[in-house]
Amino acid sequence: MLNLRLYMAQRLSAMVMAPLVLGHIAVMIYAIQGGLSTAEILGRTQGSALWLLFYGSFVVAVSIHAAIGLRVIVHETLGLRGRWLEIFTWGTGIVLLLMGARAVAAVTML
Amino acid sequence: MSENTKTMEVSVWRGDENGGAFETFKVPALGSQTVLDVVTWIQQSADPTLTYRYACRVGMCGSCAMMVNGEPRWTCRTHVSRVLDGDRLEIAPLRNLPVIKDLAADMDPFFDKWVKAGGVHRPSRTRDEPIQQVNPEAPARVEANKGIECINCSVCYAACDTVAGNQDYLGPAALQRAWTLYNDEKVQDRGAILDAVSGPGGCLNCHTQGSCTRYCPNELDPLSAIAGLKRAVATSFFKRSA
Repeated sequence: MLNLRLYMAQRLSAMVMAPLVLGHIAVMIYAIQGGLSTAEILGRTQGSALWLLFYGSFVVAVSIHAAIGLRVIVHETLGLRGRWLEIFTWGTGIVLLLMGARAVAAVTML
Repeated sequence: MSENTKTMEVSVWRGDENGGAFETFKVPALGSQTVLDVVTWIQQSADPTLTYRYACRVGMCGSCAMMVNGEPRWTCRTHVSRVLDGDRLEIAPLRNLPVIKDLAADMDPFFDKWVKAGGVHRPSRTRDEPIQQVNPEAPARVEANKGIECINCSVCYAACDTVAGNQDYLGPAALQRAWTLYNDEKVQDRGAILDAVSGPGGCLNCHTQGSCTRYCPNELDPLSAIAGLKRAVATSFFKRSA
């Protein structure tokens, strides 16, 4: 159910996520210290290729990691297997990717 | 049974692959009594139709494992005094395996997975060549030695929650066997071993819960063996991709 490719994809995406999570939390704590408004935050993120790269790679890593993790849980608790398990895994990954991409686009695109 | 004899309430699973129920027997409590002694007493003195499996009675053959008060144990080496809950004992066939009848579990899936995990020795030399010398102090040999006392009792397989949730999972015993072969310098094709244990039912599905190591009656450590396989498989992913 978890082959080498899926296992490595989940571990490597976790390694990508770890520093991004810490960076995200650090920036959140830093940003609210001086009482930044939403408009001020968007002013800094919109049009920034750096933030697009930061949160874009975050979304890609989350989509891969969560889809594989949920695949394991669904297989072991609900017994889903075969084609339906593949559909569930890809479906979860694509939905997360689309939702995340929409949010990233809203925050970083001009 | 005289009226003065101390007794215990023993619930024994009766049934087959289609289902069944617990049946309770009053069994005399004796000194130094093992769980296997209790099952044997029931079969010889209360109900001769009770089916169970045993052979050596001394913890060597791995035939007599059962669920005792919900935990997998080798019954021949488990003293009743250690597991008695008040005056009650519950004995059932091994978890995670089909039931043949009563306390006898069908071990076929367990041994099929043993073979599927590549647990067969494939020698790298023929009988015409000189015997390969193996240094007992070599680190790989020391690592392999940790797992070779497995008696195939299936206690770890019954204890494993990953086996319970994922019917393709090879299980701790088969994977530990693969790890001993991986560390055996007489085995040449290590890649074949990694291929056998890295598929959809392989070592990568282990959740590191550790029930195998906790319950192994021989105090082996399949959990660490599986961790070793995971490391070897992950390393091979980069080597083979390169």
